Amino acid sequence: MSLKDRVTECLGTDLIELSEFRGDVCVEIPKDRVVEVMTKLKQEEGFDFLSDVFGVDNLDLYAAKAKKAKKKKKGEEEEEEPKKQGPPPPRFEVIYLLLSLSTNERLQVRVRVPEDDMDVPSVTGIWRSATWPEREAFDMYGFKFKGHPNLRRLLMWDEFEDHPLRKDYPLEGKGEERHLNYDTV
Amino acid sequence: MAREIETVCITTGPAEVGDYVTLNIGPIHPAMHGTLRVITRTDGETIISAEPEIGYLHRGVEKLGENLTYKQFLPLTDRLNYCSAICNNVAYEMAVEKALGIEVPKKAQLIRTIMMELARIADHEVLVGILGVDLGALTPFFYLIIQREEIYEIFEWHHGARLTNSMGAIGGVEADLPDRFHEKWPKMRDTIRKANDETDRLLTHNRIWMDRTIGVNAFCADDALNWGFTGPMLRACGVKRDLRKDEPYLLYDQFDFEVPTGKHGDVFDRYMIRMLEMEESIKIIDQAYAMYQEMPEDAPLMKKVPKIIKPPEGQIYHAIESPNGELGFFIKSDGTDKPYRIKIRPPCYMVYQAFGELVQGEMISDLIACLSSINVIAGELDR
Repeated sequence: MSLKDRVTECLGTDLIELSEFRGDVCVEIPKDRVVEVMTKLKQEEGFDFLSDVFGVDNLDLYAAKAKKAKKKKKGEEEEEEPKKQGPPPPRFEVIYLLLSLSTNERLQVRVRVPEDDMDVPSVTGIWRSATWPEREAFDMYGFKFKGHPNLRRLLMWDEFEDHPLRKDYPLEGKGEERHLNYDTV
Repeated sequence: MAREIETVCITTGPAEVGDYVTLNIGPIHPAMHGTLRVITRTDGETIISAEPEIGYLHRGVEKLGENLTYKQFLPLTDRLNYCSAICNNVAYEMAVEKALGIEVPKKAQLIRTIMMELARIADHEVLVGILGVDLGALTPFFYLIIQREEIYEIFEWHHGARLTNSMGAIGGVEADLPDRFHEKWPKMRDTIRKANDETDRLLTHNRIWMDRTIGVNAFCADDALNWGFTGPMLRACGVKRDLRKDEPYLLYDQFDFEVPTGKHGDVFDRYMIRMLEMEESIKIIDQAYAMYQEMPEDAPLMKKVPKIIKPPEGQIYHAIESPNGELGFFIKSDGTDKPYRIKIRPPCYMVYQAFGELVQGEMISDLIACLSSINVIAGELDR
């Protein structure tokens, strides 16, 4: 049985979307089921190693797509049916890279996170290797990992207020300065 | 008070921790490898708890990558693990090639293999040398660093840089092996072996060395996997895992080499693994070089790639076995000439997050030994 079939069977109703690109399988699961699904994948499918956790900001991607769609509409006049105006797709994604040590298969698990609800269950209880990557994702995007033992900034300093890897944060920064404070240990 | 504390870098902890002394080691300290800071609470010389703090060398490489084209990002990968920049370059190139769906010519793969294994030897030589220096054995450092310099000479002949190599390009390598390599390699192989042998005789059965390394920071395999260890750190714990064997890339499945593993996961095992891996790397280079010599001289080095690289929309992850462990690049492409999101999975990042657990209950001087044996490179840690 191929990896795709096995994962589809294992996840059942938790599977929202399955995509494949160049042999890399990516599955999307609901946000509030992260811990349950990860535990299941670890115990039943043998994905016992967590390579990495990180975030992605889709702000520009959606903006570019909207622009493209608009252009297309103008060119083709009104041949296409006007698309349904549903709620905008969630802005952020958290991606987990899983690895099975016995079969050497890799799996990407994606969770979509809307901007107004940044809480994501933490997987540090399953893999301790998520400790720093989750801290970094919090630092860079602002995800609030529920259940993380020590969710502080990792690469930026504690007084820093923004989340620099968000697409709306300017490349050259906003002029923040860091002052080392040896008093606070 | 603050001024005083800053100058001596020692503060007494808050009242409730009693007699423990809080000791800041780093970020600027001769024994720390780069700008690392460890906040330790000590009882006498025993470490009660240690917490590493990173980010002093954070340059926002991932943010920069989102604003540069695929080719422009290549020089930035040198600045990750600067001890073995070539492995970073090739890892990145291979990730983009995977996104593009192309395979590079065989000759280019062989040159990449040879260069990467040379970089691995150089990286391990630095590690063993510095580990010796940190534990008070200065002599082996000189034997090893001379060999590293010879390896860097080959890099310089091939692509003109010693440390920040930016070797190759997306689609292959830009230059054939330099003519001087053919004379140099047989001689160099012997001198590297000789230097390693010399180091081995100076250190391995040395009573002081054994006392300082055996049983220090021992770590069990289950914990290591849970914490996300890869590479020599994981193999020292007894897990036989090497991406060159398990998920072969380039032509590694055609080479005959061993994956050395340790048993206890202590500093001594980590040192021994590196010593043995250098020998395996020499074996790989020999086999790759033999295959290279069978290739016709006018075999192509580059696959034809478009001038502006635009991988189709999608996301890929590709990892290789760098000297430190699994070095992976995640690239999300939106079909334009710039990566939409680029994430680097540095190997020593995962190891260093367990540092507090590794050194708990050890002495301050063992902390330095542990730090050297992990091979924490601040450039790759902070990105």
